[in-house]
Amino acid sequence: MILIFVIAILFIGGILAWLSEFINPKLPRVVAVICLLVNGVLLLTLLDAPTLVQDGIDGDWLVHLKASWLPRFGIYFQVGVDGLSLLMLLLTVFLGIISCGAAWNEIVDRAGFFYFNLLWTLAGVAGVFVALDLFLFFFFWEVMLIPMYLIIAIWGHENKNYAAMKFFIFTQVTGLLMLISILVLAYSHYQQFGFFSFDYFELKNVQLGSSLGMAVMLGFFISFGTKLPTVPFHTWLPDAHSQAPTAGSVMLAGILLKTGAYGLIRFTLPLFPEATATFTPIAMTLAAISIVYCAKVAFAQTDIKRLIAYTSVSHMGFVMLGIFAWNAQALQGAVMTMLAHGLSAAALFMLAGGLQHRIHTRDMSNMGGFWTKVPLMSVVALFFSIAALGMPGLGNFVGEFLVLLGAFRVSVPLTVISAFGLILASVYSLWVLQKVFQGKYDSGKIDDASLVDLSRQEMIFYIAMMLGLVWMGMYPQSFLDMSATTLDHLLQSTEALRVGL
Amino acid sequence: MNTQITAQDLVPLLPIILTSASAVIVMLLIAIKRNHALICASSIAGLAIVVVAAFAVVPESPQQISPLLIIDSYSLFFTIVILMLAACIAVFSFNYLYNLDDDVEEFYLLLLLATLGAVVMVSSNHFISAFLGLETLSISLYGMIAYPVHSKEAVKFPLEASVKYLVLSAVSSTFILFGIALLYAQTGTLSFSDLSAVLTSPGANTGIFVMALLLLSAGMAFKLSLAPFHMWTPDVYEGAPLPASAFLATIGKAAMFVLLLRFFMVSKALQFEAVVAVFSLIAVVSILFGNVLALLQDNLKRILAYSSIAHMGYLLIALIAVHYSTGTMAIEAVSFYLVAYVVMTLGAFGVATVVSSSEKEFDFVSDYQGLFWREPWLATAFTAMLLSLAGIPLTVGFIGKFYVILAGVEGALWVLLAVLVVGSGIGIYYYLRIIYRMIMPADHQVQFRETGLNRIGSYVVLSFLLLSLLVLGVYPAFLMSIIEAISTSI
Repeated sequence: MILIFVIAILFIGGILAWLSEFINPKLPRVVAVICLLVNGVLLLTLLDAPTLVQDGIDGDWLVHLKASWLPRFGIYFQVGVDGLSLLMLLLTVFLGIISCGAAWNEIVDRAGFFYFNLLWTLAGVAGVFVALDLFLFFFFWEVMLIPMYLIIAIWGHENKNYAAMKFFIFTQVTGLLMLISILVLAYSHYQQFGFFSFDYFELKNVQLGSSLGMAVMLGFFISFGTKLPTVPFHTWLPDAHSQAPTAGSVMLAGILLKTGAYGLIRFTLPLFPEATATFTPIAMTLAAISIVYCAKVAFAQTDIKRLIAYTSVSHMGFVMLGIFAWNAQALQGAVMTMLAHGLSAAALFMLAGGLQHRIHTRDMSNMGGFWTKVPLMSVVALFFSIAALGMPGLGNFVGEFLVLLGAFRVSVPLTVISAFGLILASVYSLWVLQKVFQGKYDSGKIDDASLVDLSRQEMIFYIAMMLGLVWMGMYPQSFLDMSATTLDHLLQSTEALRVGL
Repeated sequence: MNTQITAQDLVPLLPIILTSASAVIVMLLIAIKRNHALICASSIAGLAIVVVAAFAVVPESPQQISPLLIIDSYSLFFTIVILMLAACIAVFSFNYLYNLDDDVEEFYLLLLLATLGAVVMVSSNHFISAFLGLETLSISLYGMIAYPVHSKEAVKFPLEASVKYLVLSAVSSTFILFGIALLYAQTGTLSFSDLSAVLTSPGANTGIFVMALLLLSAGMAFKLSLAPFHMWTPDVYEGAPLPASAFLATIGKAAMFVLLLRFFMVSKALQFEAVVAVFSLIAVVSILFGNVLALLQDNLKRILAYSSIAHMGYLLIALIAVHYSTGTMAIEAVSFYLVAYVVMTLGAFGVATVVSSSEKEFDFVSDYQGLFWREPWLATAFTAMLLSLAGIPLTVGFIGKFYVILAGVEGALWVLLAVLVVGSGIGIYYYLRIIYRMIMPADHQVQFRETGLNRIGSYVVLSFLLLSLLVLGVYPAFLMSIIEAISTSI
């Protein structure tokens, strides 16, 4: 039941937030934060829940629920949470609150509708993280698109129509490919077992031929790879990020991208062990290209949000590298990178958004020497840049280190190439810092009337994220433990089939 | 075969008889007293009675009444759907025609007659009844399209649209007749079920049959506005008064497609590879043409016209899958998609109808700029309809697309599915473009009419359509089981 509450609170809370605008335009944000806090508390109660022992669901599920939905096609409303899902859900709620904070003073126009969209996006994301029926999964996967589209299209910046449209078409078209793949899988189940099923556990038993299996796997991969995103499906991301309002960027980078990675871990590799094993060299090559190429491209940007967007693609390359390496260290690293990147990228986008809010430009060529004007902001920026470049002691380092460690066992050359990403990350991170915060301050280039330092309320959010990153960096075990059993189980379940190749 | 109609046979025919009776009663009422509200209400009441009658007949089915008509659960299901649609369109017509500077009552008469034609079409399994139904529908539509022709204030060009439709519809009817004649010359029968025996017999003259079937298909493709026979559609939709366009786009298409499905199912005419190949080609061309050409339009009616061409293409995929699959899945796909299509298309037309009237139609996309902030409820309804047309979850359009893709997967129609993905991708662009217009800051030059009492009915109907759209999109289990049941009966 608790999962139904978690999702229902977000859906209903969204409607309440919208309606509350008619009472007081400042009420929606309060409603949104309350909903998220309640959800956070509900999820925290799951932390010490015992593992379920139940037939038909293999894995260490803490909560599981299955109810009939569309019996004609054997579609169930089946949701469940294990360690991995729980981590992702907690990240979702945490960053949801952060994005409310980012929007707190920035979104004043039509605030009710904004928080409606925000909560519905989160509802879709939460649904994706718990769905164990592929139809339900696809349902949530698409549900999060429309509110996100509206967030970019209504509250975005100068070129919002183009960016929002591109975001929507990329994800929707590749989503259709995934739908076809899901249906092929369900139909194959029908052919082999005599009934339609979209059940995650039952679909694992379906045997597809090698060519069909590869095609179906690619349908999933392209969809998840677009959301992740990886080269060559990444081009929507810089546009979406640069045009989205700050809260939108925070959600995109922090949460939405993670659904792609989650999909790869939960569905693509376990459902198609043979096809993915064959595909691994290509996927890892794509990941390495993403890491190096996008780091390089990031360096060439003058728009600060585009720059951060490209670094996101680069970091998500590590995630994909780790996932396709498919061993314990690499997977742990991928999950850790997802969490740490969620926080660091969210913080960086908030900083960029904060800057844009203050000086009305994202063009770095007009910035410089801000350290003297906004020292607090500069320190915060320094912290998160260093986190993003992988400084030991912070979460990103742990993640990327583990990924490289695991990937090394699978492919030495690709790991070596990917490791260059760490160096490039230092280059662009420090370059941004020098460009924006150091050097000579020139008040002629920008409108600095509202260039003020971080407020106390903003600091609270940044400090929360800093603490998170330090915790991940200093005591990663608490996070690794949570996902370990899930990942071990996924590895074991595919081991036999992959070794056979 | 028993060709006499006995008194007992009249019971299953009740829906058809009562529809005709309503038309007669409405005609007499008009002769006695011209009153717009009264005529509209009695038409709707008539349709409502027929719906009840159709439900009551369900236990009597299936029955073949004379060689011409079959009353089975499939025909009854679509009879009910068509009647309900007609009632919705009657409500929309009321506010649309409210200010017309001419007699308005006969419009409802035409509407009832067209509905009668559609009901006959979905109940026929014989060429005679099919053709009669088709012509009843078409001839009534000529009148509906041209209806405001004497109005001095009507902004559109109904006469041009009507003549265009008349000429092309007549041409397509002759195609159909020629196809029927060829089939009759070869087989000596006009009944669908008797045809199947001849078509599947080993010594069949394939050349003539394929020729006949292609002529027949071409004529039907005209009526369904499938590319490359689609040229008339945007012009007629644009020129016709909104309720007539809505009728043409929903009931006109649905009745024709049900007939097409029944013909191909019963006569097993899809066994000819050439026919399947032609249909596949038509599907590909329709999906691509419809979607690409819709990109270039600024007129809402024209966009909906092109999008309906594309949707007919999607439906054709499911129809082709019937040939390649064994179960009833593909038939269910066609049926469900038809229901989804009519709900969302009528909803989209309904939004335009609610704000328009005969002397001022708001049919440009720019008219809807900022609708979200001017009339949030209306904009929400419109957005839901458009997202449904684009096939996004939470709406019935998604479940429809799910069915079509599943049918395509079952038939292993990979090329067609790839075209569907491309087409949907393009489709999203023009649907979202309208949605984007609605969320832009309001343009204060456009002012819709004040919401008066005459519009309440339309708002109620629109709410009903929106509710169906969402309920069927989230929990369609009920409709699915009905459709599964009726699809086995065909």
